[in-house]
Amino acid sequence: MWHALVGPFMEYGFMRRALVACLALAIGSGPIGVLLLLRRMSLVGDAMSHAVLPGAAIGFLLAGLSLWGMTIGGFVAGLSVAILAGVVSRNTALREDASFAGFYLASLALGVLLVSTHGSNIDLLHILFGTILAVDNASLFLVGGIASFSTLALLAIYRPLILECFDPGFLRAIGGRGSLHHLAFLVLVVMNLVAGFQALGTLMAVGLMMLPAASSRFWAREVWTMALTAMSIAFLSGFIGLLGSYRFGLPSGPAIVLTASLFYIVSILTGRHGGLLSQFMAGRHLTG
Amino acid sequence: MIPAPVISIENLTVTYGRRPAVHHVEGCFDSGSLTAIVGPNGAGKSTLMKAVVGLLAPAEGCIRWDGIDRLRDIAYLPQQAEIDRSFPITVGDTVVAGCWREIGVLRGVTPVLWRRAIEALSAVGLEGFGRRLIGSLSAGQFQRVLFARLLLQEAPVILLDEPFTAIDGRTTADLLALVRRWHGESKTIIAILHDFDLVREYFPMTLLLARELIAWGPTREVLAPANLLVMRRMSEQWDDDAVTCSRRAA
Repeated sequence: MWHALVGPFMEYGFMRRALVACLALAIGSGPIGVLLLLRRMSLVGDAMSHAVLPGAAIGFLLAGLSLWGMTIGGFVAGLSVAILAGVVSRNTALREDASFAGFYLASLALGVLLVSTHGSNIDLLHILFGTILAVDNASLFLVGGIASFSTLALLAIYRPLILECFDPGFLRAIGGRGSLHHLAFLVLVVMNLVAGFQALGTLMAVGLMMLPAASSRFWAREVWTMALTAMSIAFLSGFIGLLGSYRFGLPSGPAIVLTASLFYIVSILTGRHGGLLSQFMAGRHLTG
Repeated sequence: MIPAPVISIENLTVTYGRRPAVHHVEGCFDSGSLTAIVGPNGAGKSTLMKAVVGLLAPAEGCIRWDGIDRLRDIAYLPQQAEIDRSFPITVGDTVVAGCWREIGVLRGVTPVLWRRAIEALSAVGLEGFGRRLIGSLSAGQFQRVLFARLLLQEAPVILLDEPFTAIDGRTTADLLALVRRWHGESKTIIAILHDFDLVREYFPMTLLLARELIAWGPTREVLAPANLLVMRRMSEQWDDDAVTCSRRAA
């Protein structure tokens, strides 16, 4: 049993690197996903993960499958879409979700167009779905660096971010600079999506961010406990997904995200806080 | 001694797009005064308060805060509808945010500050509620939490946007007692209210607004039948045929 669980990670360096990448992604993306969820921006995270594509494609066209070329391109493209969508929603009648939808669709189409006309289908598949088993040391340092920076930055802006989520008027009245912290948060979202895209591709990167976050809502009561729960579920999804991918010859990215989806479904069914079973099988009412 | 104005409003117009929600309002709130802002729905009461707090910028005119720091010395209670009560935050964490001056973005909450938060909760009748999530509270209990946060802010100017809406009589009485205590401590208090009887009984000064200023002064004079008639005639609709306003700041 022990060998079945840890054997592949003991024997193969690429499996170990993939697992460490999953750990870093879990630490970085878990809390970010929770805050996206609580800010009712879950689909915005999805939209931004797609918006990374044209930047990564331009980086790929200019520098081939270069880590830094695609990373910087993806970061610039994702952040541009985030800022443009924010500017449009704050200065026009369009709401933030519609504004993001408009920009991400244009961005996704541009990315697919660029890769299709200047690369091969294999290149497109690589960018869209990633190859976590091909993560090298340089990618690992990048993902780990982003996770570390993201965690520290999030801790630094945690208090105003929380206040901005639930009582933005109060934060502005005390001079808490909500817009500035919102922008800093969007930068962190894009950074984590870029980190995720190295391993899981642009289409799957948001999977390890949002699915564990959505699951955590069923198990934890407060923001920090939700963040810890989301991290744990994300890492477990990575571990089980990689193992399943190794044992059954499945593509690793979708296997990891599908595992996270299973956690999500189990949480919906059995979660302590608002899960279906807890509602249907509630005991007799309390005295007070 | 004549009280000094602490907030002066000079020919203030606040707009959404080009439409004025507050139109050429002028006057001042004196230090230590207790003023009710009244008017029909859509009269611009909350807009005026947000402009005073600094959340909305004037399209014309200006607001002067005399002898106070707008960010440090004004405590603002927003309407409950503007707060996400489903957010998973505890009562204690909500109240302790009132210590923003002490904790800011990065500093930790000391045991002394926690004790002050617990005392503030006791003062509003919520002993032992610190670990409860705000989503589990009734509207009245949540309003008590927001008043506890105001207590911690210890600001000389307190602005309350509909503090007694949708809460029961006992909670209203308790929170009103707190407002009167603040008034006794010479704090300047401005509250948006809809209950005219309550205004007549407890608020010495009233500002009657219907997008434009109808009257501002002692409550008995402001809530005179003639002024209330003018207020009732105020249209909540924007006039699609409105022409460009030609009034200018003096």
